[in-house]
Amino acid sequence: MSHYAQLVVELTILVLAIFLGVEVISKVPTLLHTPLMSGTNAIHGIVIVGAMLVAGMAGADTVTGWIGFVAMILAAANVVGGFVVTDRMLEMFKKREPPRKDDEGG
Amino acid sequence: MSQPTSNLLYLITIVCFILALRFLSSPTTARRGNWIGAAGMTVAIVVTLFQPGLHIGWRIPVGGAIGAVFGAVGARRVKMTAMPQMVALFNGVGGGAAALVSLAEFHNLAPEPGRLHGDVSIAIIAAALIGSVSFAGSMVAFAKLQELIGGRPITYPGQQFVNLTLFGAILAAGIAIVAGAEQQWLIVVVIVGALVFGVLFVLPIGGADMPVVISLLNAFTGLATSATGFELHSYVLIVSGALVGASGTLLTLLMGRAMNRSIGNVLFGAFGTVQAGAGTPTSYEGTVRSVSAEDVAIMLSYAHKVVVVPGYGMAVAQAQHAVRELAGELEKKGVEVEYAIHPVAGRMPGHMNVLLAEANVPYPALKEMDEINPEFPQTDVALVIGANDVVNPAARNEPGSPIYGMPILNVDQSHQIVVMKRSMATGFAGIDNPLFVDPKTSMLFGDAKDSVLKLVAGVKAL
Repeated sequence: MSHYAQLVVELTILVLAIFLGVEVISKVPTLLHTPLMSGTNAIHGIVIVGAMLVAGMAGADTVTGWIGFVAMILAAANVVGGFVVTDRMLEMFKKREPPRKDDEGG
Repeated sequence: MSQPTSNLLYLITIVCFILALRFLSSPTTARRGNWIGAAGMTVAIVVTLFQPGLHIGWRIPVGGAIGAVFGAVGARRVKMTAMPQMVALFNGVGGGAAALVSLAEFHNLAPEPGRLHGDVSIAIIAAALIGSVSFAGSMVAFAKLQELIGGRPITYPGQQFVNLTLFGAILAAGIAIVAGAEQQWLIVVVIVGALVFGVLFVLPIGGADMPVVISLLNAFTGLATSATGFELHSYVLIVSGALVGASGTLLTLLMGRAMNRSIGNVLFGAFGTVQAGAGTPTSYEGTVRSVSAEDVAIMLSYAHKVVVVPGYGMAVAQAQHAVRELAGELEKKGVEVEYAIHPVAGRMPGHMNVLLAEANVPYPALKEMDEINPEFPQTDVALVIGANDVVNPAARNEPGSPIYGMPILNVDQSHQIVVMKRSMATGFAGIDNPLFVDPKTSMLFGDAKDSVLKLVAGVKAL
């Protein structure tokens, strides 16, 4: 694929993804907006793919390698931290009827 | 693994991420969604390990392990009340990673002329610029929320001029690179400039405007990730970044609408002057009625319906568990208790919801503004805990008020209002919230948590 054709494909995907994102996210209730932020935080941790490609670039010089190494640390922290924090948040959203008289609390 | 095969497998990741967001539409499926997202991420990492020509070496495993340990320990140890700063921190490191990937790409490609296509260099500059702003901005937001630096807006004369000049310089360096001046120092100018810009950009924003900034920085990191995808010709990065960018942008707009202010006004116009009506000429004469916790306990116990209105003050005092206990005691006495959640209460979108969920408040009892406002006229007691602007009737009645036009919770329509506040000097003349001098309002001064615990004891004793 020529470089130009490649770019057009990428732009098409970008635009479609933005529309899809708006559709999906507008269905998230206010109640879950904090987990949404945290969950999307975890998703942009996908930049770890970029960090791996850079850190493992064959024949790269030392500078590239070290930049990739630091990027690797940041991206891995992003991925793991993002998913764990989101899980902790979502764990707390339990469905229970608003307690009545004989409620024991919880 | 060939390019098409890995792209096919990356498609699994994309589907997982979309499902993760889709499952967030209901609290019952949300947690499963997050696991699906994590599974998608695992697929992406494994597929990347099998990329042709990838030299795994020690940097990938060691760097990955360090980051993973840091992320896991940080995320496990953090208290639920520190969630906003944790979200800011993880957002920042993602932006930083995107900027570094761009820096490495540029460093690697630039020396040989012609290897850098125009669109790739635009993507590199965009990711380096946006990622760096997001990193620095998020770190400042983190420091503000963690109270390492003052949460108050920091301003100085000529601020906008300095910011504009700096942004102009960054842009000039970026354009020079795209135009073909592939000098290493130019990208350093872009990154360092963007870091400084990120700090200057977030410093003047504080207090109630924090949710807007946090969501905007979230969108920035998404965009930076997407731009990284254009550098590396990776569809999974483009799509994931776009999803995050769309989410952050939507939340930002939503927060702006909830305050009835344009995003530009929040970011550049206000500089904190709007917040809490500081320095405004409007003041209200009247008597502030202070009550004891015992009186409030009696008032609450004999009410039919109580609406709790939490604000940032509840988060600061970490009073959410005490609030839950109070509601439990009241419910034992047959009082109906609901919670009124204003969209911008707290320091990030949905902040109050997470805190109350942590305290085991069942989420059907949490009511959004449009849902609860018609109920205030039938409410016996509105219990305002550490909220101020979001219950200020001046937003509805006073065209001269700095917050005029902002949708508020109409607590002033309930039969009685109890406002819990840390302090208010006696004889205070310039009261900026007319609710405090409303004849139906009683003020209960003190730390929110102490006060609520006193109420719990009072209600139990009855």
